[in-house]
Amino acid sequence: MREERRLRILIAKPGLDGHDRGARVIARAFRDAGFEVVYTGCHQTPEQIVSTAIQEDVDMIGLSILSGAHTYSFPRIMELLQENRAADITVVGGGIFPLEDIPWLKDVGIKELFEPGAKLQDIIDWVKGNVQPREAMVA
Amino acid sequence: MNGGQTQASSHRPLRFADYSILRVKAQAMDIIERILAGDVRSTARLLRDIDDHIPSTHDILKRLYPHTGKAYIIGFTGSPGVGKSTLVDQIALRYREKDMTVGILAVDPTSPFTGGAILGDRIRMQRHFLDGGVFIRSVATRGHFGGLTKSTNDMVNVLDAMGKDVILIETVGVGQDEVEIVNTAHTTVMITIPGMGDEVQAMKAGIMEIGNIFVVNKADREGSRKTVRELRNLVELGLRRRDTDGWEPPIIETEAMKGRGVEELHQAIEKHRQYLLGNERGQFDEHLQKRARSQLIEALREEAVKILLQRLEARGLSLDKLVQAVVQKQADPYSLVQDVLDKELR
Repeated sequence: MREERRLRILIAKPGLDGHDRGARVIARAFRDAGFEVVYTGCHQTPEQIVSTAIQEDVDMIGLSILSGAHTYSFPRIMELLQENRAADITVVGGGIFPLEDIPWLKDVGIKELFEPGAKLQDIIDWVKGNVQPREAMVA
Repeated sequence: MNGGQTQASSHRPLRFADYSILRVKAQAMDIIERILAGDVRSTARLLRDIDDHIPSTHDILKRLYPHTGKAYIIGFTGSPGVGKSTLVDQIALRYREKDMTVGILAVDPTSPFTGGAILGDRIRMQRHFLDGGVFIRSVATRGHFGGLTKSTNDMVNVLDAMGKDVILIETVGVGQDEVEIVNTAHTTVMITIPGMGDEVQAMKAGIMEIGNIFVVNKADREGSRKTVRELRNLVELGLRRRDTDGWEPPIIETEAMKGRGVEELHQAIEKHRQYLLGNERGQFDEHLQKRARSQLIEALREEAVKILLQRLEARGLSLDKLVQAVVQKQADPYSLVQDVLDKELR
């Protein structure tokens, strides 16, 4: 029997900073929204994140960042997704980054950026409205 | 493509429906080739489609099946927090050191309320993320009881067909009765920690009976020796009762985080594998039969229920209507089942 296709999301924390409370809160909120959330913990390199996203066949990657490392890791992740023919995976970011970075982060392909104070329900609604579980390989 | 030529040479002209069937077949063949070549992205996508019960995966699984049977399958089970993921990570490392490729299926629970899940077993396996010889997949139980998921056996077959030498399955954190893993794994490692309960807990039927190897992890904690002693009593009693089949389950103390005892565990797994393969009583074959049987029954059950529900639907009897009838006490479930079977299977 065909089951309802479930959204699979990777929550990852690139870079060296170990404060993952935010990532955990969002992972938990996504769980409660009915998504399957792969959570990999802190200190992830862009390469590890992309490899995980592909093996787990996720529809979206949520990146939690507080340290400023987004200037390197976000574009690098987008680059790696391209190289691995996985650019169909939606990437969003959340956490702390200078407002003036938002335009260029969107330019490199980050779909949305959520700042401190973003409401969990708003984030969930954004995901439901903008990310669909991908189609089956053969229908 | 073969199918294409047969169709084209038949006497009637091709219709639109034929083209779409041919396209689907071509796609399926393409996927099969990529999986047999070990392509990660195709494998990952197929596993998702299998988990979601997309009907076309049946055809792909059929064609992959002849390529299965080469991988050695090892199950890791035990209560939540005993260190299953950490031990899987360590054992995967041992096999990688011997240049063997590893597939890992890690099961975590689905929320019964929202259907969502947090799949967190990977946290302990980070060192393998960039190793092309390791494929890790996190799977949610989606309401299935028994320690695995409905899709686990099919997923194992895919990893087997893609050429993984060893497949490690980490069950969901189990309680007392989730013993499905024995039907899937060749070797089952049952993991516990010191202080999980008194001797009576170890005497109970169910989960404590299924280990081919027992591990007392976090063995630096107080009471480890006592837990080992209790397990040894249990194992020895079991051996006497079972008219020893020649395998005495070893009990191994480990500190998975530090890697202590892991080499011993790895050797024990390999010893059990040798034992199964060289066993005169044909236990390896017995195991193959057990696994085939449970897969067959599972598949039959699923198809049979699907067909029955379709036939009922065709008579205007939806499952919902039957449920309502039972809830409102117009019928009881026993007579309903009898009635459905009488009408549909005769």
